[in-house]
Amino acid sequence: MNVLEIDNVTKRFGNLVAVRDVSLSVAKGELCAIIGPNGAGKTTFFNLISGFFPPTSGAITFDGRDITKLSTHERVTLGMARTFQITEIFPELTVFENVRIAAEVAGGYRLRPWMNRSETEKIHERVEETLKLVSLETKTDRLVGELAHGDQRAAEIAMALALKPHLLLLDEPTAGMGDQETYQITQLIRRLHRDSNYTIVLIEHDMRVVFHLADRICVLDQGRMLAQGTPKEIAANETVQAAYLGSAA
Amino acid sequence: MSAEQTRKLIVLAAIWAALLLAPYWMAPLGGYTALATRVLVLGLAAMSLNFLLGFTGVLSFGHAAYFGLGAYGAGLTLKFLAASTPLALIAGMLLGGVCGAILGTLIVRRRGVYFAMVTIAFGQVFYYIAFQWSSLTGGDDGLRGFSRQPIDFGLFKLDILSSANNFYYFVLFCFAVVVGAMGFILRSPFGRTMIAIRENERRSRFLGIPVERHIWIAFTLSCFFMGLAGGLYALVNNFADPRGLHYSQSGDFVMMAVMGGMRSFWGPLLGATVFVVLQDYLSSITVNWMSFVGLLFVLVVLFFPRGLLGFIQRSKA
Repeated sequence: MNVLEIDNVTKRFGNLVAVRDVSLSVAKGELCAIIGPNGAGKTTFFNLISGFFPPTSGAITFDGRDITKLSTHERVTLGMARTFQITEIFPELTVFENVRIAAEVAGGYRLRPWMNRSETEKIHERVEETLKLVSLETKTDRLVGELAHGDQRAAEIAMALALKPHLLLLDEPTAGMGDQETYQITQLIRRLHRDSNYTIVLIEHDMRVVFHLADRICVLDQGRMLAQGTPKEIAANETVQAAYLGSAA
Repeated sequence: MSAEQTRKLIVLAAIWAALLLAPYWMAPLGGYTALATRVLVLGLAAMSLNFLLGFTGVLSFGHAAYFGLGAYGAGLTLKFLAASTPLALIAGMLLGGVCGAILGTLIVRRRGVYFAMVTIAFGQVFYYIAFQWSSLTGGDDGLRGFSRQPIDFGLFKLDILSSANNFYYFVLFCFAVVVGAMGFILRSPFGRTMIAIRENERRSRFLGIPVERHIWIAFTLSCFFMGLAGGLYALVNNFADPRGLHYSQSGDFVMMAVMGGMRSFWGPLLGATVFVVLQDYLSSITVNWMSFVGLLFVLVVLFFPRGLLGFIQRSKA
């Protein structure tokens, strides 16, 4: 079954059509990368999926359920997690505290005035397990705001993972990173996809990363879906080459 | 137990010891018990405001409304309904809290400056009601004609009217209950979502926290605490003043919280102490006492942005 199903979604801002009639299906366990020149509507498209704002027309189905009108937090509750192009974390809290909040909310404890010992232990285990997955287990007590950029991104991904999502949305996970950090994050995403079998949709500018990771690539240009296919197909696609060369010229 | 935890426990023990023994150490320093009682009540109000300001990160500039409603609720209960101090306090707390809960549904949709403006506007509504409705509230003269009643324990009665010490300990008991509740909530999963919202609202939303609902709960709780503080304030003076609802009173609470340190749990109590003691001392010397408090406030904000307590903690670390 497809985890995510997007049917002819359009988003207008006044006269500007940021996303025009885009459709996309993401199968369980798939890693789908969205690429395109600046201003192609990639982030708007992401915002539509995650519920930042509703589409002007079209429908979005998640796990077989129509979520077009649901708010952000309702979509998260259904199992959708996302990270941002500019890292969104709790800078003045420790790595552990950052991920604990996510784990507690996902565990349904957000309104609880207290937790018993076994519940607390379960949350702590969950947090430690998640931090190990993103290789932050040695930095649990550091303030997130003081970490290196790459570690901050890893912490943000850890918060998303602590939600036990069925779908992980990553908005430019390697933005602003050096080669070493890019490599580490790419390896992390690869592990999440290959070993932990997460369904992932990501936006990425770095083509090495995209072609290294993606099962499928979607190319957006001027709000339209220009092409989609396997990395090989996209590499050979002439319209895509024209769009990229055209925008570069 | 880590050194950090030990240090925290020692500080906590010191604070409670100072509060428990206040009637005994204040007199030799030139204070008096009623002053300590005022510090506790206004400190409780500042801490209630800071529950919202410092730990959820939204600034209410109209919290005096719920403080004043608590005062009128307690005063009116004692005057017209029942000669019972606990009942009066509960009535005050409910009046402040329920009004806060209802208005909160409208207020929490706004953020930043707009949040502050809407809270001021609603606060002023209550001020004018209290000011105009003379037949019930006494209007500009305030509500008089009631006094705090002895606490009936069945076997004996505790006189809190003529004994300043008894009244102080009664207020300290109420203070401890509310402050204990606040500390308990802040350590809970719900309390951590409050801090999450303060730290990063967008991230909180994308962790699945319904942000408006959580701010509403924090706002409502804070109004309940504020209502109780207001009820105690009516008992302190045996009087409820419409100026207790005015936005300038809200400003005083914000000043206490910021001056003391809004990121620390106990900061607002320190801020209230400085404020009340300075007011008590300076107002006997000059009518312009507020200029001096204002000057101190400006200096604190400029040089210790984390407040007096934040400064003390930093210099220790």
